[in-house]
Amino acid sequence: MGEMHCVNGVCEISSRKSSQMEELDAYIKSLPLADNPTRKRGFLIQTLHRAQSIFGYLPVEVQSFVAERLGISLAEVYGVISFYSFFTDKPIGRYAINVCTGTACFVKGAAQVVDELKRKLGVSEGETTADGKFFLGVLRCLGACSMAPVVMVNGKVYGHMTAEKVQGLLDDCKD
Amino acid sequence: MRIESPAALAEYAAALKARKHAPIKLLVSMGTCGIAAGTGEVLKAINGYIAEHKLEEAFDVVEVGCMGLCYAEPVIMLTDDKGKRIIYGDVTPHQVPAIMQAGLDAPATGTHTIDRCWYYPEDEQPAEGELQARIVLRNTGRINPEDIDQYVAEGGYSALAKVVTSMKPQEVIDVISASNLRGRGGAGFPTGKKWSFAAAQPEGEKFIICNADEGDPGAFMDRAVLEGDPNAVLEAMAIGGFAIGAHNGVIYIRAEYPLAVKRLENAIKQAEEKGFLGKNIFGSGFDFKLEIKFGAGAFVCGEETALIHSIEGQRGEPTFKPPFPAIQGLWKRPTVVNNVETYACIAAIIRKGADWFKGLGTAGSPGTKVFALAGKISKVGLAEVPMGMTLRQIIYEIGGGIKDGREFKAVQTGGPSGGCITKKNLDLQIDYEALKSIGSMMGSGGMIVMDEDDCMVNIAKFFLDFTADESCGKCTPCRVGNRRMLELLNKITSGEGTMEIFEKLKTLSATIKDTALCGLGQTAPNPVLSTLANFEDEYLAHVKDHRCPAGVCAALIQFNVTDKCVGCGLCAKRCPVGAISGEKKMKHVINQAKCIKCGACFNACKFHAIAKI
Repeated sequence: MGEMHCVNGVCEISSRKSSQMEELDAYIKSLPLADNPTRKRGFLIQTLHRAQSIFGYLPVEVQSFVAERLGISLAEVYGVISFYSFFTDKPIGRYAINVCTGTACFVKGAAQVVDELKRKLGVSEGETTADGKFFLGVLRCLGACSMAPVVMVNGKVYGHMTAEKVQGLLDDCKD
Repeated sequence: MRIESPAALAEYAAALKARKHAPIKLLVSMGTCGIAAGTGEVLKAINGYIAEHKLEEAFDVVEVGCMGLCYAEPVIMLTDDKGKRIIYGDVTPHQVPAIMQAGLDAPATGTHTIDRCWYYPEDEQPAEGELQARIVLRNTGRINPEDIDQYVAEGGYSALAKVVTSMKPQEVIDVISASNLRGRGGAGFPTGKKWSFAAAQPEGEKFIICNADEGDPGAFMDRAVLEGDPNAVLEAMAIGGFAIGAHNGVIYIRAEYPLAVKRLENAIKQAEEKGFLGKNIFGSGFDFKLEIKFGAGAFVCGEETALIHSIEGQRGEPTFKPPFPAIQGLWKRPTVVNNVETYACIAAIIRKGADWFKGLGTAGSPGTKVFALAGKISKVGLAEVPMGMTLRQIIYEIGGGIKDGREFKAVQTGGPSGGCITKKNLDLQIDYEALKSIGSMMGSGGMIVMDEDDCMVNIAKFFLDFTADESCGKCTPCRVGNRRMLELLNKITSGEGTMEIFEKLKTLSATIKDTALCGLGQTAPNPVLSTLANFEDEYLAHVKDHRCPAGVCAALIQFNVTDKCVGCGLCAKRCPVGAISGEKKMKHVINQAKCIKCGACFNACKFHAIAKI
């Protein structure tokens, strides 16, 4: 993932933009687009996945770049981004805390964990803290139900969470 | 090295079987929950011990997928050629030396051993206590999913070899139809019939798709298969492609399963190298190519028309059927969509025949079903059982009953589209029809067990919150109706319920069920309808008495300190909002205006001095 420099929650990507754009460009060039001229948009979702992993989020200039390359309109690209919960057009914090709110986690008390995180971080679901450090999100089932409730921080899974353990989890996130 | 014929495959598999191997095979469970529970550390300890004591000749360490014993992860199994075995659960790196020294003679002391509770119907008869019959999970937890040779050694790709070199497409469909295999993704549509519709379309470009968008919260059997035995899915898709005349397959998988994606990509690459995928498979002239497409977090994409739109790079909105995908699917071409578990049955049916498959399960629903047991159950994990087993057997004999000795209240099957089943139906023999008859459904096989501490109104609200959130917004009954229903339930759980609201909830449920466009909307009211049918008294307690009998709904409960308080101060320390005060060794008080009803004090108090009313 490309490095982001965040000041007061606004993440600056311009310093790395050209190299990141080149990386995305190379990826799109590697796709067999020419084999399927009428079906180019079938590559849209995987391209957006790659773009988000390069930039951390999908700013509008990236959206128009992808739109142009795949021969579809910016509105269609935005329509897809806004439909799928995985995609975001806003920069997110350096630590993405995602609480699983699947059924198994719910009956084991995921709601209390979310409440405690909201209180500690002072943000709602889908928001990033003002210092750009933490993003709080929820997701639906990681399939790790045996350890419910589960919280994922930047891909690392914490099992058997409780409201009391929240502070420890936040303390683990060191810059 | 490419394998060009069925004979060459058989020879290759025999050579693999005859390979020199160590007397003890040590299986280490490396699925998502195993890894998260610390199996990686255990594996490191095992490899370290082997290197240190030069035991390479004594042990073959095999990293396998999930054994279904998620509650006891990290899990390892020692086994030999003669069928001796010991399974250890909750393994720590410290126990490793003792386990390795004990070998297969006797279990190491100070460890937790587990009896195998399953058998493999393809080559065994069940022993005492082996209630599970593993067909779908036949290799999951037994072989290294990243090594195609291990799959081949277990008879892998022999069904594909047989199909493409000695059967006609119609004969393949006939076998699958005769087995009466039904779609394991939810509705139970006969797979053979689905294939025959697509096969009947004029020749030309066709597609076969694997729905690996396991979006049902609480269901994780597809993840287990994809992580533990990806080749089973590839082989079945190639067989299906041959049967319907498709040369292109797509696996649509959710982005939340990175390990499954990695193992699928690896399996496809290895299968192409061996010639099991690609051009001229087993010299038959049949070509078949597979690609992976990713979801991006949308539950509705489990619906087949929505899934197809998502593969086409569009918003995953469903469309009206007909036309069915078998006639007009991906890129408007005939398309078959089956889910992971359905595919995982195919090769076994080809190898052993339709009659063998029908020998398990019930007349209307032959074969097995994998259930994911989760929630307030002792042994969270996967259970693959013959259809027709009772819920009581699954929950109590396999699942070990309710956690912490609490009272069973209900089990939710079918996820957000299903319903809850209560004590009175525990002895029902479950298959597709039986579950439907009591207002639930098979769905993908998630079973969330709830105990006396769960509020059923709150559970219904949870599911509705889920569907309202996941509604794609295309049709009004689902987009607006579910939102309104959620508001009504919110009123009920926050103490503002009236009988009028209660009646409105019932009418709205029926209207949405009748008028929504796709399966997601039509089934969204099910959790409300089934909790209403089984727990009307709980709803009425909320509505009439403004009381939550289970003590869950925050607005309807209050925490108070009783005279049992010894003044230890632990509750005040645990309270996240500083609502509890009191002198040391004196009874404490809760400031109700500040209290957020999180229950931290209730859980913390060792003297049971906090009352919840």
